[in-house]
Amino acid sequence: MTYALEISALEKTYKGGFQALKGIDLTVKQGDFFALLGPNGAGKSTSIGVITSLVNKTGGQVKVFGYDIDTDLEKAKSFIGLVPQEFNFSQFEPLVNILVNQAGYYGVSKPVAIQRAEKYLKQLELWDKRDEPARALSGGMKRRLMIARALMHEPQMLILDEPTAGVDIELRRSMWDFLRKLNEQGITIILTTHYLEEAEMLCRNIAIIDGGEIVEDTSMKKLLAQLDVETFVFDLQPNLTLDVLAQFAEQSQSIAYRVIDDHTLEVDLNKSQNLNQVFQQLSTANIEVISMRNKSNRLEALFISLINKKSSVTQTKPQSAVVGAN
Amino acid sequence: MNNSIALKSILTKEIQRFTRIWVQTLVPPAITISLYFVIFGSLIGSRIGEMGGFDYMSFIVPGLIMMSVITNSYSNVASSFFSAKWQRNVEEMLVAPVPNWVIVAGYVGGGMCRGMLVGLIVTIVSLFFVDIQLHNIWVIIATVTLTSATFSLGGLINAIFAGSFDDISIIPTFILTPLTYLGGVFYSISLLPEFWQGVSQINPIVYMVNAFRYGFLGISDVSLVTAFAVIGFFIVTLFTIAMVLISKGIGLRS
Repeated sequence: MTYALEISALEKTYKGGFQALKGIDLTVKQGDFFALLGPNGAGKSTSIGVITSLVNKTGGQVKVFGYDIDTDLEKAKSFIGLVPQEFNFSQFEPLVNILVNQAGYYGVSKPVAIQRAEKYLKQLELWDKRDEPARALSGGMKRRLMIARALMHEPQMLILDEPTAGVDIELRRSMWDFLRKLNEQGITIILTTHYLEEAEMLCRNIAIIDGGEIVEDTSMKKLLAQLDVETFVFDLQPNLTLDVLAQFAEQSQSIAYRVIDDHTLEVDLNKSQNLNQVFQQLSTANIEVISMRNKSNRLEALFISLINKKSSVTQTKPQSAVVGAN
Repeated sequence: MNNSIALKSILTKEIQRFTRIWVQTLVPPAITISLYFVIFGSLIGSRIGEMGGFDYMSFIVPGLIMMSVITNSYSNVASSFFSAKWQRNVEEMLVAPVPNWVIVAGYVGGGMCRGMLVGLIVTIVSLFFVDIQLHNIWVIIATVTLTSATFSLGGLINAIFAGSFDDISIIPTFILTPLTYLGGVFYSISLLPEFWQGVSQINPIVYMVNAFRYGFLGISDVSLVTAFAVIGFFIVTLFTIAMVLISKGIGLRS
């Protein structure tokens, strides 16, 4: 099977000796919606830079749809559309020119490029601004312009490096819908983001990178299944008192409740418990539930635990070495 | 991959850039050259008399046109490519399957277009001051084309190494301008003492200005064959350097 992306033993050491990538291995299937997560400075953008040939690797191999970037760079590039983290278009050129020129770099003829520019500018609600210089756009519009630009040669794989950074919620959701539709059309999407909710909602597979190493590479389902405890927040009927809720929480043996205020309870549930038990106890105590929600983003909790686990391992290693030396 | 479309795209973008800011790119050379004609041609030139068998105004016209071509070809590519690096829109080309020679040819082509357009504007302006003679139109076309290519390549290399806007003005100010002024624009190098005539031989602009002057007036301080050989040598050398720098990603890829 040909993967959309195959990375093996990829290394990057910058001048000055900083090792940004320490031999990472990664595969992304064709048609996947893949999340690459990691804290700042973990190596996400360096990885993307190497894949798109903006960063020279110092070791390892990268194949895009089977084409090795060392031997078939131009062919490999033709499969990729890149939406970088920072705005990188000419601020003085009109939108249409930016898109048509970009298509030209991929050998798309001008008449076809003009049609595609119209299509994507309309889809991304930028058509009214088509003749304005890019500097006149708002931040969200500039992000959408970069998505339109990346699609001009109709790539098989779209790489988005934090595409919704600084974008308001409404616009973010419309961008998610747009990306989902692209993925449904068969385009492989690789996404880095700081909004973990975004990765959880969009992506089927996920890799977590930290300190230049892949610390997790699995499906979103499997990753979320690793969660031991989930916290739920219950909004209750308004005519209760703190005393009533405190008494209810104290009496409960099997489930740990926390009273937040006179109409809010928090519950931590582990894998052996279920929400039916909670509802049964609340119902028996004549406490009416108005609504219920997850307290925190589930992926966020996992992400933090994985990163913390890795840093504790890294901190332990030198200590062992010292002990060994003694 | 159709490289001709990619080349056309870069070229179109470059031409659109300098025509969009025509007040900064096309008007100043016309004004500067008019001042040269008024001061050096009419006011001072009339007292100088003949040079190389021609009145001073006719003698300096080819050099002044060539000076504009050199300056504009160089500065167009230097500022455009450095701006693309600075705004990072050079990445639009780097992530695309554009061969390195197409990037070089596109930017150099843009610089040549501006250099030669300015050369044409300056030539038209000079018609208000002097009757221009044409000795050999093909020598004129060949010299102006090759010279603008040479300095466009120079501007590209400057931009590749430049880390700030200051870096793209250092070479024009401290190297290009002195070489141009000492390159026989305003005088025949045969007027110089023998030692300085020898020194002038290592100035490539001497060959360009003289070949160009030959096209207009039929006179030159150097042989035409030597002049074209020197220009050809610089084009091949600078093109090779530019290709190596871009393929290694110097100043472009980390």
